[in-house]
Amino acid sequence: MTRSGGATTPSRGTPTPSGGTPTGLRLYRPRVSTWWWTRKRSYLVFVMRELSSVFVAWFVVYLLFLVHAVGRGEAAYLRFLDWAASPWVTLLNVVALAFVLLHAVTWFALTPQAMAVRVAGRTVPPVHIIAGQYTGLVVVSGFVLWLVTR
Amino acid sequence: MADSIRLRVSRYRPDTDPEPHWQEYDVPLRKEWTVLDGLNHVKNEVDTTLSFRWSCRMGICGSCGMNVDGEPRLTCATFLSDHAPGPVTVEPLANFPVVRDLVVDLSDFMAKLPRVKPWIIHPDDHRTVEPDVEYLQTPEQLDAYKQFSMCINCMLCYAACPVYGLDPEFIGPAAIALAERYDLDSRDRGERERLDVLVEHDGVYGCTFVGECTRVCPKHVDPAAAIQRYKLKAAMETVKAFLLPRGAR
Repeated sequence: MTRSGGATTPSRGTPTPSGGTPTGLRLYRPRVSTWWWTRKRSYLVFVMRELSSVFVAWFVVYLLFLVHAVGRGEAAYLRFLDWAASPWVTLLNVVALAFVLLHAVTWFALTPQAMAVRVAGRTVPPVHIIAGQYTGLVVVSGFVLWLVTR
Repeated sequence: MADSIRLRVSRYRPDTDPEPHWQEYDVPLRKEWTVLDGLNHVKNEVDTTLSFRWSCRMGICGSCGMNVDGEPRLTCATFLSDHAPGPVTVEPLANFPVVRDLVVDLSDFMAKLPRVKPWIIHPDDHRTVEPDVEYLQTPEQLDAYKQFSMCINCMLCYAACPVYGLDPEFIGPAAIALAERYDLDSRDRGERERLDVLVEHDGVYGCTFVGECTRVCPKHVDPAAAIQRYKLKAAMETVKAFLLPRGAR
């Protein structure tokens, strides 16, 4: 059987009992602080990206409210518009938009890592994958804009 | 440039210390000196009781990984001058139990690594093929996995991974990258066996794509990419299992 680089030979020693080494020494087990994500900018961006999913969910709920109001007639739709124009809903939507943009930008940036696209035996450069997503975003946004303003 | 720099080193002696504490050493600041050179200076000239691991001094053996100023680094590839004027904090790799001073216990990884079967699995092994028969590979086939084969098991990715810190059951970045390395090898047929291990709750789905493993990797292995590709592969298998008749999978 052929073996080649990468892994070391797996250790076949005695499993370490919890709390000590095979030599019986006392191990110090560091604890992760609750605030670990404030320690580094990259950790913070990650946690914000995770949090952004809550705001994505909010926009789905908001859209359902809109569709529901439209379905119930003009009066309900106007009531919905009044509610949507109230300061707290506007503020919530502005914050949600910021998070959704963060969500899109960060996930677009990560896509080339998750997908190795090969065309005609060659790896597609990451920048092309990211550009493809932004192109898709522009096309879809343009279509939606055309749909609501025509 | 000042002629010395202060190292702030985490000390832990299991026989006397209830927990780690800081000890400071002034070491010569030379342009070509790494953090490891500084530690060796301390060990040789100042305090022989300081414990740390190292071997090759050239980023190959993967044994001198420590947290330098809070970042997991190979100390042999981290120059003191880049951390001037100091002090430079040197701690054991995060997320691992500390054995003594800067030495951590890696037995958790050693137990996890063989679970992903990081070796070539092929039905035609040496029992059925002549011993001198080679598995030929084209340069393109080599390129497919080469990046993931550069792993030196230095554990920087585990020290950078908050998921591993919070849930030590997580099989972790390097082990998954090595699974991907063998999956992508044209000589290997073990994809199914590894996938069965990695779709478990402590496998790829533990990863939330923080991406720090890739950022700290000194060999540009990109474990985060390996993990996300595994998730995609697992998802495709699930879809196939749902849509296709048994024989076509």
